[in-house]
Amino acid sequence: MRVEQIAVFLENKSGRLAEITSILAENNINIRALSVADTADFGILRLIVDKVDEAEKALKGKGFTVGKTTVIAVEVPDRTGGLAAVLDCIQKIGLNVEYMYAFVNKTGENAVLIFRFDDMTRAIDSLQEHGFTILESSQVYNL
Amino acid sequence: MSTIYWEEEIETLPRVGLESIQLKRLQSLINRVYRKVEPYRQKMIAAGIKPEDIQGLEDLQQLPFTSKEDLRENYPFGMFTMGLDDVVRVHASSGTTGKPTVVGYTRNDIDTWANMMARALASAGATKGDMVHNAYGYGLFTGGLGAHYGAEKLGATVIPVSGGNSKRQITIMKDFGSTILMSTPSYALNLADAMDQMGIDPSSLSLRVGIFGAEPWSENMREEVEHKLNLKAVDIYGLSEVIGPGVAQECLTSSGGMHIFEDHFLPEIIDPQTGATLPPGERGELVFTTLTKEAFPVIRYRTKDITSLHYETCNCGRTLVRMEKVTGRSDDMLIIRGVNVFPSQVEHVLMGIEGVEPHYQIIVEREGTMDTMTVEVEVSDSLFSDEIKGLEALTKRITRDVKDILGVTCRVKLVNPRAIQRSEGKAQRVIDNRKI
Repeated sequence: MRVEQIAVFLENKSGRLAEITSILAENNINIRALSVADTADFGILRLIVDKVDEAEKALKGKGFTVGKTTVIAVEVPDRTGGLAAVLDCIQKIGLNVEYMYAFVNKTGENAVLIFRFDDMTRAIDSLQEHGFTILESSQVYNL
Repeated sequence: MSTIYWEEEIETLPRVGLESIQLKRLQSLINRVYRKVEPYRQKMIAAGIKPEDIQGLEDLQQLPFTSKEDLRENYPFGMFTMGLDDVVRVHASSGTTGKPTVVGYTRNDIDTWANMMARALASAGATKGDMVHNAYGYGLFTGGLGAHYGAEKLGATVIPVSGGNSKRQITIMKDFGSTILMSTPSYALNLADAMDQMGIDPSSLSLRVGIFGAEPWSENMREEVEHKLNLKAVDIYGLSEVIGPGVAQECLTSSGGMHIFEDHFLPEIIDPQTGATLPPGERGELVFTTLTKEAFPVIRYRTKDITSLHYETCNCGRTLVRMEKVTGRSDDMLIIRGVNVFPSQVEHVLMGIEGVEPHYQIIVEREGTMDTMTVEVEVSDSLFSDEIKGLEALTKRITRDVKDILGVTCRVKLVNPRAIQRSEGKAQRVIDNRKI
């Protein structure tokens, strides 16, 4: 149910993102989804990759600060109101979204929403109760 | 312009007379600290010197030095000559770690200090008819109260405006008719900028002289501040360990440098490496022995300030020795917006935060007229958070702790691990990009 995500500290300096993606490419690691959160002084790159441990090791080896966190991936039909339905449910349950990002999978039929909640266990239970599809980690890594 | 003296006789005394006063005071001082201040007695015993060995001023060179570390080891009151009953005030300045350096004053000390500040003000041309706009900070820092008591002693009118709130300061200057400005030189430039923004022409104000100190400044800055504020800028020197502001003052017609009030503060210049006393005119570290202070005298206190001493009689007629503008430090102390900052204090703060690596760098810059300090901290795995708010909480905590301990606001920049250069031997902790 839970998907491992790696987060990388981005110093506010040009070329950091390019450096990270090159390291991943050299190690034959495929990025499934990503988002960058930024402030005036620094950023955090969040990545879902096909080979989590290898990616972490490769980036740490090159001097990056890397953390691993778990997120959940919710699959919704790719049509108007898909995200709204999930967020509406989340709001009713009273969960807090720490952050989220989304992408559309290859077939184009479904969208995948990546969420980090303050209370992950309750989020999984509640979303499933309300009939939402939560993807298994293997499904996400191999999207 | 005729010279204004506060105590003409002593300020113009031929050297022979001055040295005789200094020696008498020195002997009495050494006697007193030997009897009353354990750390001094211990040091003298270790060096094999007794008070009666001080027969001439040159015998001072036999005595051991006193450093900020000695003050730290005896924190807070261990170097005082007396119990606190007769101590009427304490001040504190930055220590090299988390704890400040504490200094104490008896009623006589406060009076001596006020007298020295009155001398300083008079040397800068102030009289009792002046309106002294005192923008030095009031508080534990000696600047504000030191200047204040001196101006009152002189009989001038003091405006205890302290630092900050520049627009209000300018309104006060304009409405009250401030004639003498006392502040750090960088704050004076800040006031000039604020005046510009408010559309106030400095020549419409009554400012005549600016007495600037508590941080290093150059001849270029002098020209700039004189031009922008339409006043004559003079330099003042002091440090809390010696007494506070009013240790030395540049006169209006100076042949170069600031007059040290050496009937109270006996200066020496030493080689900072070997400790050897250097001849007049040579540049080295300034060392002070306070000749008259009661509660907290210092013997051969190492200021770490680099300067030189000049004994020729000045254009103004004063015979008091002149020290040139301080040109540097023999340690790594920084002065940021008038606040003394030791890199070791920053390190101390960082070490108090769990997970912070002992790798940091301090970058000092001058943006416009204000100095800024940026602390670069490496983000280790244990500090890292995948949420912005986690990392922002970290930078805020560091900023707050630095402000609490050092009294200066810094910017914190998080950098990658190993982004800060590791050096062999002594790490380069400070990059000072100010062009002073």
